[in-house]
Amino acid sequence: MIATVVSIALQLSLVLLLSPLVSGIIKTLKARLQTRRGPGILQPYRELHKLLRKGMVIPESASWIFSAAPIVVFSTAALVSLMIPMISAAAPLSLFGGVLAVVYLLGLGRFFLALGGLDTGTPFGGLGSSREMTISALAEPAMMLAIFTVALSANSTNLSEVAHSAIGQSWRFLAPSQVLAFAALFIVLIAETGRIPVDNPATHLELTMIHEAMILEYSGPYLALIEWGAWIKQLILMTLLINTFYPFGLSTDMGLLNLATGCASYLLKLLFLSALVVLVETTNAKIRLFRVPELLAVAFVLGALALISTFLF
Amino acid sequence: MNSFPTTGLFVGGLAAYALGSISGFLFRISPATARRAGCGFGLLGAVLQGISGLAALLGSSVEWSIPCAVPLFAYSFSLGAVSAYFTVALSLLAASVSIYSFGYLAGMEKGVESGRKLGLLTFFYNALLLSLSVVFTASNAFLFLIAWEMTSLAGYALVTFDHKSEESRSAGLLYLIMSHVEAGCLLLGFALIGQHAGSLDFHALRQAGGLLSPPQQACAFLLFFLGFGIKAGVIPVHIWLPAAHPVAPSNVSALLSGIVIKAGIYGMVRVFLEFLGVVPNWMGIAVIVVAVTSAILGVLYALMEHDLKRLLAYHSIENIGIILLGLGAAMMFQTAGYPRLAAFAVIACLFHTLNHAVFKCLLFLGAGSVLHSTHTKNMEELGGLNRRMPWTSLFFLVGAIAISGLPPLNGFVSEWLTYQSLLAGFGAEKGLVGLMFPIAGSLLALTGALAAACFVKAFGITFLALPRSPEAENAQEAPTTMLAGMGILAFACFALGIGASWFLPVFEGITRELVGVSARGDLTLAHGFVISSGTPHGGSVSTAVIALMLLALGAIPAWFLARRFAVRRVGPTWDCGLPGLGPENEYTATAFSKPLRMVFAALYKPRREIQTVFDVSPYFPKSIHFESEIEPTFENRIYKPVQAMVYWISLRMRAIQAGSIHAYLAYIFVTLVILLLFGVRP
Repeated sequence: MIATVVSIALQLSLVLLLSPLVSGIIKTLKARLQTRRGPGILQPYRELHKLLRKGMVIPESASWIFSAAPIVVFSTAALVSLMIPMISAAAPLSLFGGVLAVVYLLGLGRFFLALGGLDTGTPFGGLGSSREMTISALAEPAMMLAIFTVALSANSTNLSEVAHSAIGQSWRFLAPSQVLAFAALFIVLIAETGRIPVDNPATHLELTMIHEAMILEYSGPYLALIEWGAWIKQLILMTLLINTFYPFGLSTDMGLLNLATGCASYLLKLLFLSALVVLVETTNAKIRLFRVPELLAVAFVLGALALISTFLF
Repeated sequence: MNSFPTTGLFVGGLAAYALGSISGFLFRISPATARRAGCGFGLLGAVLQGISGLAALLGSSVEWSIPCAVPLFAYSFSLGAVSAYFTVALSLLAASVSIYSFGYLAGMEKGVESGRKLGLLTFFYNALLLSLSVVFTASNAFLFLIAWEMTSLAGYALVTFDHKSEESRSAGLLYLIMSHVEAGCLLLGFALIGQHAGSLDFHALRQAGGLLSPPQQACAFLLFFLGFGIKAGVIPVHIWLPAAHPVAPSNVSALLSGIVIKAGIYGMVRVFLEFLGVVPNWMGIAVIVVAVTSAILGVLYALMEHDLKRLLAYHSIENIGIILLGLGAAMMFQTAGYPRLAAFAVIACLFHTLNHAVFKCLLFLGAGSVLHSTHTKNMEELGGLNRRMPWTSLFFLVGAIAISGLPPLNGFVSEWLTYQSLLAGFGAEKGLVGLMFPIAGSLLALTGALAAACFVKAFGITFLALPRSPEAENAQEAPTTMLAGMGILAFACFALGIGASWFLPVFEGITRELVGVSARGDLTLAHGFVISSGTPHGGSVSTAVIALMLLALGAIPAWFLARRFAVRRVGPTWDCGLPGLGPENEYTATAFSKPLRMVFAALYKPRREIQTVFDVSPYFPKSIHFESEIEPTFENRIYKPVQAMVYWISLRMRAIQAGSIHAYLAYIFVTLVILLLFGVRP
């Protein structure tokens, strides 16, 4: 019991502290790759600090849903982060929710965020909500297929079990099914975190916004909670990707040395994946909104192929 | 006679429904009395039956019969685990709808004409409850079919309640035709298996499965699947459902979509798992294919609706699909010899049946409240109700979260169970068939995400932001009784979701009855706190812990905000510098679903028409007329040709319908001779 509480506290603080950093690293790497200086990797912390001290302006037409949405977004993301293995293969709340709970809890956060966008009464809010729900709906089956591929080869939907089974066969990531599933899930990661080519996180251009349009009316601490929640979600999806496919270094016990190795390898893998995301973002242009379904269809097909190849090989 | 209390309570419940029905008819000149008596007896019947159902579900099953001169047509009832479960679901809904109706029907007393009709409404309302409760508990096919027909007819009367509107009448006619096709299929189906069993008693029918030859079994399967499928509203025989459910009074729509269509599920569970014996694999596959089609097309059509009640009706089709996924998987596991997995899939199927009944009833009642106070169900004219009708809005939100399958409410638990049984299917079925399960699972994920999108639209456009019409502007909160009815169901959504791991042991008797094993030991872990997928390491979830952690993690920022950051200013919404942001600037329901309409254009075949009227320059239009519609594919591709064919045949048949009595006598004589020849032949 005490061990669980301690591990919850540790993992929660790790997630809360690390998620802005990952975002900062991605921004800085992207700037460097585009031969800009960039704001520095600590910028997200400064933003959080600033936003949390500011006052808020609530739109006249909004109801309590507008105020509830940031809290739901933040708490669902924080809860999900406790269900996935990060440094140790045993996630603190793994028993209480596997990968299905992860997907549906993130869905709960999105549900409220989209309602918050509609609650403002501006056309932007509605536009963002509508696009966000469309894209996430199309990303969902691809995500599930890729996850099923992993879950079926591990015979479990609990992420700690999946990680344990992956550690047992450390070269499995070379199997065709795993490669295909990784590719599918990577596309989903791009779509779900609103990165180029699906959405541009840096834009406030009216007609191309998705995520930013939805949260346009939020300010102060509410905006801080939403941004923080989005960073946590990004960290969650990245962790899901690296720890289920490449579980190297994941600690299987609570020994200090193992945990230190786990920590180091986790950060290293995160850095690699961030670099990959940056590379994709820099080498691609944002595609038109109505081309996004095609990209997600590719992810779905990759997921289906992954599943078929588990069956063949 | 130790079973007396259960039996007595059940019969008492039937009597209360009957009394409610009769008193509604007798007091039709005094609307207030008819309403009180009708709703009161409805509530009483629901409470009595609910208690007896719970007693039978938790204790032992009860059987009794009313003696009848003709043995084949015995009036026998059985309150076995499955029947008791459906009775409990019916009672829960009937109780909350009856409470709701106290307030809902009060508004109808004022009008002279509607006051007179109110008595008839309570008459048919109670008749529907009475006949449905007999459907769920009859243990003889003859009694079952009588009650079935009564349900259909009472349903018809309620659908055409507003008989002056053309929409109601044509929907009612369609409903009546489909109900009779369905009743015909069931009659033939029961005749087919009853002939082998030598009796119409359900006990005898259970033994009949082994006696059927494969073609007969296939025939029976198709007849029952079509018959029960029409009742349940599976695609492609769904077309009556989105027409009929929305036009009925809202309290009745809640029952129709909540529990009446579940009679189809009840029938399928009984027949496919009990009466047909060991079914070949293709039947399970057929059920799964139909289930996936219904789920996806149901939600896709729902997305295009902006009539709140029609939208909900299409979601019933979607959820029937999800329910049937569990049933199909159970049939396949049973055939493949995995009774434990079959038990698990049956639990997924039946738990979703109950959950859907609860949240769909809640949502229809919520839509009814909106209709009651704004007199419109067109979402494009609503908005801003969250501030004007806070409780209705809250209850509708609970229902919306539950139906979208989001944790920690009840819809999530049953969808989780469905996913787990589908994943188990991959391991259980060898060969390519196994691949069908994860694909179905991923399509279930698509359905769930689209449903969430649809309910963001339904709740967001109807209840949030600014009102789009004066009716919505002046909306009043619904009366207390209506809120109480919805409150019970909203509480049930929470209780069945968060308390799911304590509720699941209820299924022990049911799985024992249907597949012969008990899954009790495998279902929960950690002192009942966690729901497990039944296989070691398979997967587990705990909605109780999720709810607790969400509360704890949400409380920290909420507390923080309340303490330190009191600076909250209410300001005007950003209007891009143009003066005045009004309701006409808001996103509409049509606009919200536009991206999906474009993505799935191949299915919808959308057609739109824009007419601009301008004086001098096209850049300054005086008025713009916009019209958009999607093609009703099934009506155009399947039903229109069938209708044309029936017309054609009828025209040809007119040749022998001369209207002369001599000709008809001759026909009767010839038919008699032919039948006699058949009879005489050895």
